[in-house]
Amino acid sequence: MTTPDDAIVVDNIHKSYGDLRAVNGLTFTVHPGEFFGILGPNGAGKTTALEIIEGLRKPDQGSVRLLGHNPFPRTVALLPRIGVQLQASAFFTKLTAREQLETFAALYGIETQRAHDMLDLVGLTDKAGTREDKLSGGQRQRLSIACALVHDPDIVFLDEPTAALDPQARRNLWDVLRAIQARGKTIVYTTHYLDEAEILCDRVAIMDKGEILALDTPAALVRGLDAPTRIILDKSTAPRDLPGADEVTEDDLSVTITTRAPALVLTALAERGALDGLQVRTATLEDVFLHLTGREYRA
Amino acid sequence: MSPFRSLSTAMVKSFIRDKATLFFAFVMPLMFLVIFGLLFRDIGSEKIKIGVYGDGAVITALDRSGVVDIQRFTSLDDGIAKVRAGDLPGLVEATGDNVVLRFAASNQAQAGTVQGLVAGVTQQLNVAESGKPPKYDFRAEQVEDASLKPIQYLTPGILSWGIATTAVFGTSISLVNWRRKQILRRLRLAPIGATTILTSRLVVTVGVALAQALLFIGIALIPVFGLTLSGTWWMSVPIFVSGVLAFFTIGMLVGAVCKTEEAATGAANIVVLPMAFLSGTFFPIDQAPKWLQAVSQVFPLRHMNDGMMDFLVRGKGPQALLLPCGVLLGFTLVVAFIASRVFTWEDS
Repeated sequence: MTTPDDAIVVDNIHKSYGDLRAVNGLTFTVHPGEFFGILGPNGAGKTTALEIIEGLRKPDQGSVRLLGHNPFPRTVALLPRIGVQLQASAFFTKLTAREQLETFAALYGIETQRAHDMLDLVGLTDKAGTREDKLSGGQRQRLSIACALVHDPDIVFLDEPTAALDPQARRNLWDVLRAIQARGKTIVYTTHYLDEAEILCDRVAIMDKGEILALDTPAALVRGLDAPTRIILDKSTAPRDLPGADEVTEDDLSVTITTRAPALVLTALAERGALDGLQVRTATLEDVFLHLTGREYRA
Repeated sequence: MSPFRSLSTAMVKSFIRDKATLFFAFVMPLMFLVIFGLLFRDIGSEKIKIGVYGDGAVITALDRSGVVDIQRFTSLDDGIAKVRAGDLPGLVEATGDNVVLRFAASNQAQAGTVQGLVAGVTQQLNVAESGKPPKYDFRAEQVEDASLKPIQYLTPGILSWGIATTAVFGTSISLVNWRRKQILRRLRLAPIGATTILTSRLVVTVGVALAQALLFIGIALIPVFGLTLSGTWWMSVPIFVSGVLAFFTIGMLVGAVCKTEEAATGAANIVVLPMAFLSGTFFPIDQAPKWLQAVSQVFPLRHMNDGMMDFLVRGKGPQALLLPCGVLLGFTLVVAFIASRVFTWEDS
């Protein structure tokens, strides 16, 4: 379903590098204000797809409409409306965090105050006077996002913004990303972290070998997998003969009940008062991902 | 702030905050200037020493001539011993009306000079003594000669070399760095033209070169080095600008071809070093063999050197602008064209 107001319309784009088909017929639409995730193993073609949409590369075939414009060749009128986060080293040498933002702001003819607001948004106000080479990995990531946002674009592209961050920095960044979305921005981002995509994204596209394997809300993808629920109980209290249980396994500590009718099993457990140490594990986006892309190691 | 100003400011800040860059742009050329300037300071200005025994009008006249350093001896034998040892080119013995010059033939040039000098002074006195007006009038006038005191060719040479090095290295490495770090991509995604990026980089390069010129010339003007600027020094400005342009475009070409900073450093060295040695940076090129002088004509640094020297110290007229400016600007156009062909915003 495509409407004229869609932020991004990608229609059957292809891109090859020699024999390598980096992007092989992608078609999807991103709605305004949507948080859209592109997931896929290394070499799936995520970055190439983003670069084509951003207008940095020309697709061999197919078309892209970005806010109603063709992004390639470079369309200057479009540039102030898109923000692209680049690798966390795309900073001017030896400039402080504040100077980086002020310089980028000036490229868009934006006043300095905005640069300070951005530092605040990504929580770097106390690092304003720190030079780029003295910032930590997480701080650099946040600064690079601030640089992408400094001109208040309508669409923000983030390529693995949370890669190589420690758990605290990741959570910290999630808050930043949610704050951006709350401002009504459209966000397109790629990630390796499926738990993160499940929490943050309105919709995700799972890509591999240059193609989209699945595209939907995370919840719908998980439901579509039709994976059994696993119910884990303390071994001592666990009853054995339960209605709805497909398979029961046990180890030294616990009993694991695999079922496709979790409501039935849980009701039965509750009636018998046997809920000690209860854990319920449903399928996650990671299961969907592995189901679609296979389990073999990737280069 | 305009995009142009903000980019220029960012580049200037990166430049002045990098101690290594500052060292190579300012301190190292200055070290060469100071070392060579002091080392060669007295070459060509030493007076001939001459031994003297006795006294009289001839000795007084020799002393007043100002072209010899007189060393007086109280014993004739001591003086002759010095000449024999080769420490003095000659000894003048003046007793009454007799003037005898004893010289060592080992250094023929100096011996000849000393003979001519003593004979000339003696004849002058003889003419004056006779009371007759001299028939032939003789006057000595100094002309501006081609040979220069070392500081006079060292300053333009080291200045041109310093500017060339900084322009080529600075431009090429920052271009590679910006491409590798995706700053070029970031700029490409901002609503500014390539011209803004290029001109801001050029203005910063010219600014740095100007700072170098002021510093080096300022230091060389200190009496201990003793640079004297010619009256037409200001005509070196067009040479300076076209020189900076030429080396800026060479830097762009190196930066367009090379993918890493290491490669750019190597390539810049390959470009700049041979030019520095063969273009008269550290010694006057007209002392080099003819074939080498011919070879050096292909280097833009040679023409920048020549041009800077012509106006800074030789005091040449405007017609001397044509050749160096023409060569440097022609070089700029050709290299800029090639650079624009091979330039890419992104790797691969």
